[in-house]
Amino acid sequence: MPCDAAAVAAAIRAAAAVITTHRDELVRLDQAIGDADHGENLERGFGFVVSSLDGEVPDNPGAVLKLVATTLISKVGGAAGPLYGTAFLRAATALGDAPVLTPESVAAALRAAVGGVVARGKAEVGDKTMVDALTPAADAAEQTAAVAGELAEVLRAAADAAEAGAESTVPLIARKGRASYLGERSVGHLDPGARSSALLLRSFADSAAGA
Amino acid sequence: MKKIVNDPADVVADALRGLAAAHPGLLRVTEDPAVVARADAPVRGKVAVVSGGGSGHEPLHTGFVGPGMLDAACPGAVFTSPTPDQVQAAVSQVDGGAGILLVVKNYTGDVLNFETAAELLAADGVDVRTVVIDDDVAVQDSLYTAGRRGVGGTVPLEKIVGAAAEAGADLDTCERLAGTVIANTRSMGMALTAPTVPHVGEPSFTLAGDEMEVGIGIHGEPGRRRAALADANGIVTALLDPILSDLPFTEGDRVLLFTNSMGGTPLLELYLAHGIAERRLAERGIAVERRLVGPFITSLEMQGMSLTMLRLDDELLRWWDAPVHTPALRWGL
Repeated sequence: MPCDAAAVAAAIRAAAAVITTHRDELVRLDQAIGDADHGENLERGFGFVVSSLDGEVPDNPGAVLKLVATTLISKVGGAAGPLYGTAFLRAATALGDAPVLTPESVAAALRAAVGGVVARGKAEVGDKTMVDALTPAADAAEQTAAVAGELAEVLRAAADAAEAGAESTVPLIARKGRASYLGERSVGHLDPGARSSALLLRSFADSAAGA
Repeated sequence: MKKIVNDPADVVADALRGLAAAHPGLLRVTEDPAVVARADAPVRGKVAVVSGGGSGHEPLHTGFVGPGMLDAACPGAVFTSPTPDQVQAAVSQVDGGAGILLVVKNYTGDVLNFETAAELLAADGVDVRTVVIDDDVAVQDSLYTAGRRGVGGTVPLEKIVGAAAEAGADLDTCERLAGTVIANTRSMGMALTAPTVPHVGEPSFTLAGDEMEVGIGIHGEPGRRRAALADANGIVTALLDPILSDLPFTEGDRVLLFTNSMGGTPLLELYLAHGIAERRLAERGIAVERRLVGPFITSLEMQGMSLTMLRLDDELLRWWDAPVHTPALRWGL
């Protein structure tokens, strides 16, 4: 089944449900090294995203992601709003107005998304942020797409890499975001932004596998 | 959790309605996006000073809206920065044609959202400048952190720049003045208890009965270090010494001393601490010329305090003393 606008919209709805399921987990992770708002803000933001998808059905995957982006930027606040908003906006731009997703276009969109987060947040791999999950995910997606993997395989590889990348933040000292105020006291905690990035990619992979 | 709330999801909106009801004629509160503006905005020909940040720090920033201080404030969700569309909406309400000064506290989310708003406003032809306050000496300013946080110094910054704007200073002057305040302000805070964010429902961290958190921020994020609970003398020393050595403040300096409650510390204890700080500064030959004591930048119900020192010159003193009429600061009228 081709992955068109309707399929992408369904995947976004599924991801919103995953965020709701994991809201308290994300709040607890953020409580340990931040300000306890990550789960709440993402749930609120994706709630608005689902509402905007109820209102209008954009006619290609890129337009769906652009709607996600503008909703997150205008409704969420905090760091997560502009960072995830920029990620979805860059991904949307990379997809253009193509009617369906391909393995290559998804890998390129993920790479563009990471580029946006890095440009906005100025974090690098190893700073204990969502970049630690997203960068290896983009690498894995490109590698899988290059060996002619299917869309679901590309996203599964990205999700696997993102989960490993998120776990890799546990021993790190935070250098960006609110956790950086803690210095060495941030060691031993999973970064909430890296965790939510891994959750979103896993959800997208599951949607692609079921499509 | 025991709090005076209905639905925790509606805390900010419900509180804004109460704020509007409490200050008719002074404030104009609009919802979706949430903006608190002075009732007589826009003031033609005046630089508009706009700030904002997460809610939960009241009276900052909404309580500082009014003649002589802020033209508008954008309250975000609890401990969450406002969104770019809130900032744009605020600016559209208060733009008097002489430019906009955005006052931003240095946190990743605040900077990102105000930066985005400033770009969008500039693209619409608005003359907008952004100043970022980062006065917290508890955080090392290095490549390895998000930089120092904006804390207590935000209050004198908004007062002083707001007074200059009210008196007709142009945008360049307001921006330069903000730079002077930021360069001469240092703060440090501590906590005895943690705040409870309404939508979380439990304290942000736990402290044993004989512990305190030193170098705390204003969002329930833990501080730089946990220490054995000290008496008032020890607490004031733990806050004052890093402030004094950082700028550094030296003998002969004239200062504003701002002793702030984090929300849960009563005035009895705050005045006690303020008296100690005044004595310490007198011993060092530092002249406290102006004071502010009370809960002005808080972290919900957190028990604790912060000290802020601003090195004054005649210009800063003049704008600090200028008339102000807001819910939380009111003098010279």
